Amino acid sequence: MKKNIVQRLILLGPGLTWLAIFLLVPLGILFVYSFFQRGSFGGIVYEFTLQNYARAVEPLFVRIFLLSLKIAIVTTALALLIGYPVAYYIATSPARWRTVLLGLVVLPFWTSYLIRTYAWIVLLNSEGIINHMLLALGVNARLELLYTQSAITIGLLYGYLPFMILPLYAAIERLNPEYAEASADLGATPLKTFLTVTFPLTLRGVFAGALFVFIPSLGNFFVPELLGGGQEILLGNLIRDQFLKARDWPFGSALAFLTMALIMVLLFFQAWLANRERQATNVA
Amino acid sequence: MLREFLTGRRILGAHLILVLLFLYGPIVMLMALSFNESGLATAWGGFSTKWYGALAANQDIISAALNSLIVATGSTLIAAPIGTLLALGLERAVKSSVLDALVFVPMIIPDIVLALALLSFYSLLQMTLGLYSILLSHVVFNIAFVAAIVRTRLNHFDPSIEEASLDLGASEVTTFFKITLPMIFPGIVAGALLAFTISMDEFVVAYFTAGPAQPTLPILIYSMVRFGVTPDINALATIVVLVSIVLLLAAQRFGTPLKALNE
Repeated sequence: MKKNIVQRLILLGPGLTWLAIFLLVPLGILFVYSFFQRGSFGGIVYEFTLQNYARAVEPLFVRIFLLSLKIAIVTTALALLIGYPVAYYIATSPARWRTVLLGLVVLPFWTSYLIRTYAWIVLLNSEGIINHMLLALGVNARLELLYTQSAITIGLLYGYLPFMILPLYAAIERLNPEYAEASADLGATPLKTFLTVTFPLTLRGVFAGALFVFIPSLGNFFVPELLGGGQEILLGNLIRDQFLKARDWPFGSALAFLTMALIMVLLFFQAWLANRERQATNVA
Repeated sequence: MLREFLTGRRILGAHLILVLLFLYGPIVMLMALSFNESGLATAWGGFSTKWYGALAANQDIISAALNSLIVATGSTLIAAPIGTLLALGLERAVKSSVLDALVFVPMIIPDIVLALALLSFYSLLQMTLGLYSILLSHVVFNIAFVAAIVRTRLNHFDPSIEEASLDLGASEVTTFFKITLPMIFPGIVAGALLAFTISMDEFVVAYFTAGPAQPTLPILIYSMVRFGVTPDINALATIVVLVSIVLLLAAQRFGTPLKALNE
């Protein structure tokens, strides 16, 4: 018994201690800060207030939040639309191809996101490659591609698409192909089989992928800055600016925690979904 | 029926090719431009390596690259053993969904929230920010990644080998060093390589927890990119991307990072 405790201490001790000190305590501090007031010179006045949260629901900030939400949702939807067929194709390929194709899809993700964002500046700017190609094709209109909401969406999609494809791939690969075959044998068209059998059975992967795209899209600040040109302030920029420019840490903390609260709700929903599915398969 | 199926697959295959073009096109374009004498994105001025020369002469970039190297090496060396122990603990000693979730947090939490939490923590302790504060911060998510990959490795080998060793009279310590460690070692190397790659490229947490005097490479790249398009970034981008790819291929040889991410 005693040996067991020593063993657990050695194995879990260092990691849990590190996560407690450098993850839980800092998050706790940030949370507590969100209930304090900003000092007149940017410091923190340690007096309890709910004012930061009240301020967060002012129309100006609600508008920023809704716009960020819209861009994150559009990005997620596009990622699903583009990613599902990719994941499906890879998951139904011969086994030796799967790893190679999946590797190809995921590889860019592991390279610097900043550099990949910069590549889009080169492509999209008014003197850039896409405008130049359009000019060569005889389209004599300099399109304002950079510094638009579409540019932000493209940048986020470009960065996070692999996050969508991985869990989708896992879900589709796990799928028993006999279900789809049975559906086809019973006379369903491929489309109907997909909509009523394949897609519902991979819903957990869809939701996981959607979360993995949605969450970082909502908090990203450098893509809106570099590709949006600072024209649109999004949630990530707003939070960053509270810390680095406005020096209003309590308000920034409140915004960060409101974002976290939304994310937590989504994560709990996903855990619930996964749990329900597990129970369903256990019964079957 | 078969023909319908094949047409369907062909469309899906074409879609995959388009997606790969979308993913790789911009990166390949940067690489090609890095050899462009003119330095312009839209006019080819002939092949040249002069931007690489400019890079090598740029002291800021060299020292930022060294800073990144220090942070990535240090945080990996700390995170690899801790993450490995954590993986063993969570697979073999304690089954707890709460702890599983906790270890998952650094991977799923928006990086800006982690960055601000750490910034608040350090400033409350009145720590002077510098390379070491970035290093300590990077250990947090590196532990999570190493643990995830070592856990997959642990899941894929048969615990009865360990039991056999114990039955034959080897002590737990001997069993660990003779059986378990060699079996999971490729996973540890893969996890460490991955952690190193992530740390080298990580921007947001580094940006908030860095001191003003010692930027890492991503921080320097950010400040360069903010001021628009300059040709030496292309050369830098090419090197950074190639280094990441080489590290990843190495990690893939040792283990199964892809599988770990799926599970």
